[in-house]
Formats: sequence, structure tokens, C-alpha cells
Amino acid sequence: MTLAAIDSSVRPVPLKCGHCASLHEPLPSAICPDCFGPLEPVYRPGRRLPTQAEIARRPPSLWRYREWLPFDGEPVHSLDTGFTPLLEAPRLATRLGVARAFIKNDTVSHPTLSFKDRVVATAINAAHGLGLGTVACASTGNLAIAVAAHAARAGIPAWVLVPEDLEPAKLLAAAVHGARLVRIRGRYDDVNRLCAQLADRFAWGIVNVNLRPYYGEGSKTVAFEIAEQLGWRLPSAVVTPMAGGSLISKIAKGFGEAIDAGLVEGDRPRLFGAQASGCAPIVRALESGEDRVTPTTPNTIARSLAIGAPADGGRAIEAIRSSGGFGARVADADLIAGIRTLAETTGVFAETAGGVTCAAALALAKTGWFRPDDEVVLVVTAHGLKTPDAVPLDAFELPLLSSRLSEVARHIESA
Amino acid sequence: MAVTVVLPSVLARFAGGQRTHASPAGTIEEVLARVAQPYPELGKRLADATRDGNEFVTVYLNDEDTRFSGGFETYAADGDEVTIVSAIAGG
Repeated sequence: MTLAAIDSSVRPVPLKCGHCASLHEPLPSAICPDCFGPLEPVYRPGRRLPTQAEIARRPPSLWRYREWLPFDGEPVHSLDTGFTPLLEAPRLATRLGVARAFIKNDTVSHPTLSFKDRVVATAINAAHGLGLGTVACASTGNLAIAVAAHAARAGIPAWVLVPEDLEPAKLLAAAVHGARLVRIRGRYDDVNRLCAQLADRFAWGIVNVNLRPYYGEGSKTVAFEIAEQLGWRLPSAVVTPMAGGSLISKIAKGFGEAIDAGLVEGDRPRLFGAQASGCAPIVRALESGEDRVTPTTPNTIARSLAIGAPADGGRAIEAIRSSGGFGARVADADLIAGIRTLAETTGVFAETAGGVTCAAALALAKTGWFRPDDEVVLVVTAHGLKTPDAVPLDAFELPLLSSRLSEVARHIESA
Repeated sequence: MAVTVVLPSVLARFAGGQRTHASPAGTIEEVLARVAQPYPELGKRLADATRDGNEFVTVYLNDEDTRFSGGFETYAADGDEVTIVSAIAGG
């Protein structure tokens, strides 16, 4: 493996196998070299953790929680990602029949308008610390854009591999940053398999493959931010979209770590996972009481969630069950309605995954999963302008009038 | 003609460093057993990594995930390629 000069200012932490418990020096691998089990970052026990007041004095980015991110030393890239708004949404709370509702609004994540900025921020620092001169990813779209943008800013070459049917807006947003973009004939799961093979062939940092132990930890910051933005309190329920199952597992881990650190008290939130009916392997496993997912062939317009063989499906199931939550799957027509409901009640325009989350929350409310005193957070992960064709324009009344006052006034008075 | 079996580098370490192997046609289970026969350590680790509940590797037949086509009972014919890939990826 050819390594670029290693910058010791950001040092990825060692890794431990979740299966055989063997310890490994920092390395670009998601699998244990001994037993092939999943590798997880190991944090130094007894490290000094910041207080609420110390965190409050830090810049508003995900690095304000850096003691829970997998590095020693200081990060060098993507320093201003994270700390997106937590919006109170009273009109949505009324629709859900709960005391309070909030949107964790990663549609305005910096710089690429999706939560994937968080995981790429940590992965690109891992690539830097491990001396990997090229980054890459297998992506359903949002990750492609994030890798391309963060790599461009850091001056690191990037290869981005996507399925052939990706939305044009996402292709453009990835290509414009100068990444080498490759469309693969097949579905995301084919691209994913290919990237696992490429990781074995080239000395790249494939962010969601061989940098996965460092990448996934970035998602924990969603939980820390929710807790801090509620005034260091925990909500009673959180609804999160699920694709590979990593985000909801890491949100669970983040809430647990915030409690363990004494930053926040109380019960862990009930976690609810949302998927589109056309690709719902994790929700179906929850419904049937299984511990493992059965892979499926995706068929949904929610392409950012169209992962038929979710790598972290088992962990997602465990996180949801142990929290007392559940899952919901929604038809494509309902997720389109969900995009509109979210926009009309909260002012947040989300892509298809946000429509799935909103529609799933409404379905969960209808089936009695929420209590009247609940405080529910919907994690909305990416902006609606990334999938502009999801809601057809002809669904709206768009009259074309002359510029004459009488005509326009007549229209307004008859509305 | 035979079935070609391609191992990831983490498994090739236990097969004399050789990534590509040949086997007579048969079910995936039979093909992998034949490849692993001269390499007991490979067989042991492969069995552990694919055991129910572990499933740390995924087996593909000509780039198709065998979990969709009968798993280890899937038949690999002469000329087919069986590829083993780490299952920890994606999302």
C-alpha cells in the first residue's frame, strides 16, 4: 500500500473487533483481519470529557463533541460541519397528537445539505490521518455529493461510484466538485459490492467501506446536538429514516454516551425507524420479530434509502427494540404526501427520505405508538431540491394571469 | 473449464497468499469446501465467517448475491466465478 506523508496532527484511534474482541492499531479496514467481524473505534478510558459549559464555548460544529469522535489530536478538514438547527414544529405536533414536535434539520447541513456531511467530515480526517491520498465511496447520492465536496475543499482526489438510475440533480451536484464520477450498471447493492472489492485492490479511503469505523461515528453527533439544543434534555421519541441502518444505531450510541458522560439525565428516547415499503428489510424484520434482515430488491422512488442488503440492519433492530420503539414503512404515494405535509407544517422542504420520515411518524401516531405527552424529534436528513421531481408540479394549482390588477384581484377574491 | 473462486486478501492470507483458485463445478458449499481442503485454516475461518448469525462475508456467483438465489445450495457451473466479499459495507 502506498501511503502519503502521515500528518500526526489528527490521529485516528485504534480499533477493536466486535466479534473476537482483538485490538488493532488504526487501519483502513472495517473488518477484523483475524475473524472478519466488524471493527469499532476504541476510545481511551478515563480521557477527560468536557462539561456542558465547556461545550457551549466551542464553535458551533460537530467537533464541539470531539472527545466522542474517533481521533486524538486536532481535526484538519471539514471543521465547520454540523450543529444544524433543531426547529420546534407545533403544527406538526398537533397532527401527531403529541405535546411537542421538533425537526432536526439536516436539510441545511453545511456544505452539501444532507447529514452525510457529518460522516464524511470524520472519514476525511481519518483518511488524512492514515495517509490515504484518495477518497472514494459507494453512494445512493447524498454521500456522493458530500465526498466530492469535502474532498474538493481538502484538495484530495475523489472517486465516486453510483448506481445508474441516480437522480440527475444528485449526479450534477457530485460532478460539479471535480470528483471522478462513475455510474455503474446495477443497483446500489451492486455498487457496494464493487467498492468492497476496490478497497481490496486500491489504497483508497472508501469512506463507507474501509473507513467505516471512523465514518459511522460522525452520525452520533445528531444525538449530542439534539440533547444540547433541547437544553441538555432528552426527547421521549426520535423518528429516523433507515437505509443501511447505521444512522439510527449511531444515534442510539450517541444518546447513550451523552447519558454516560453525565451531560444529560433521564430515559433514552424510544427510537423509531422509517423505510419506504418498496425497500423495507429492517422494518419487515421488526414486524416479524426477526433479529436479522432478509435482503430485498429495492423498488421505491426513495433512492437514498434503497439499500436492499443493509450492512447495519442487525444493529438497527437491536437499537430500536432495546429502546422500546418500532418501525414503519410507507408507500411511495404516502412519502410524496409526507414531503408536502412536512413542508406545509414546518417550512422544511425535504427530499424523499424526509417524506418517508414524516409519513412514517404520521403512521406511527395513527397506530398508537406516540403518547399525548411525548416530545418527538424527526430527523430530516437531506434537502428537497436534491429530488425536485419527487413531487410532481402538476399536483399544484399554478394559474397564469395577465399583469392587470383587475384580473389578479378577481382571482385572489375568488380563492 | 472449472469454477473460479476469488478470495479477498484477508482470506487469501490463509490460502498461501493466492487470491484466485479453481474448483470443479458444484454447489457453492461444495466449491468452497474443495478450495479450502488444502488450507484447513481457510476452511475454519470461512466456516466461522459464514455461520448463521455471523455472516461476515457475502458470496457472489457471477456478481449476483447468492442470498437471493439459494445461498450455499446455489449451483456453480463450469466457467462461473464465485467471489467472496466482506459484508461490512454500505449506507
